[in-house]
Amino acid sequence: MQFDSLQALIEMGGHGHFVWMAYGITFAVAIGLIAQPMLKRRRLLSALKTQHALENE
Amino acid sequence: MHLMKLSFSMNNVIQFFFKLGSPQWFYKATGWLMPLLAILAAALLSWGMVKGLLYAPMDKVQGNSYRIIYIHVPASFVALSCYYMMAVLAGVYLIWRTKMAEVVLRCCAVIGAGMTFISLVTGAIWGKPTWGTWWVWDARVTSMFVLFFIYLGIYALSKAFEREDLGSKAAAVLALVGTVNIPIVYWSVDWWFALHQGATLKLTEKSAIDSSMLQPLLIMIAGTYCLYAFLILLHARADILRIEQKKQWVKDLVST
Repeated sequence: MQFDSLQALIEMGGHGHFVWMAYGITFAVAIGLIAQPMLKRRRLLSALKTQHALENE
Repeated sequence: MHLMKLSFSMNNVIQFFFKLGSPQWFYKATGWLMPLLAILAAALLSWGMVKGLLYAPMDKVQGNSYRIIYIHVPASFVALSCYYMMAVLAGVYLIWRTKMAEVVLRCCAVIGAGMTFISLVTGAIWGKPTWGTWWVWDARVTSMFVLFFIYLGIYALSKAFEREDLGSKAAAVLALVGTVNIPIVYWSVDWWFALHQGATLKLTEKSAIDSSMLQPLLIMIAGTYCLYAFLILLHARADILRIEQKKQWVKDLVST
């Protein structure tokens, strides 16, 4: 372990805000790339389900 | 006898690629891979991040800011790999009109743009404490910036036409033309030595990095490739359902 306290880990000897900002933005982009097709899939499937229900009435 | 065996296995290979080109087969054959790739990516990325952020020693010259390397380098690798794959698929699509090549080609544009964006942003953030500036028009940075806009252009073209196949064709042509930028990205650090540091990882000689710092980097690279494979399949499978929604197999999938 390189840091002896949570405070030291957050500050990283003055470079903390650079490091954490880089990781934070990366995390946000990754979540976006994962969520986009999942939402698209869910929207499509629910639309198809409604359509299917209407056809079978 | 020997020849027969060989032609039989060649037939299998051809058949495999033929099936791979069918959206329905692709969708059904890749389902089991999704949880596997998701778990693998999550495990490798969290392991690499804990090692890189908490356990790897501080860099003597750059201090702790160097820890950005653990996302910057893997994202840049994948940003380029994604382009290779997209360019090959563009060729396959233009020659054989393979449906799946078209689908994955469009997915590559989105994922590649995302990865290039991460590479550019983390590079800029790393540049501030290291070079003293967020941005510099150095050869490597500029060629990655161009790559980002090529990805965006391919995505925009693929959506620009009423008929989707025309958009895909235009996008595929741009993907092939944009390939000229790739060797520039790749060799820019050697051709024009400016601010961007040289390659950290070298295949043919000893890497310019200590093993305690290298290990988390290799784990992060492996994890990012797993994430990339997961994203390709996730995007492709969602798009398959969209383009095949009128087909019976999708209707069966919905009704059960």
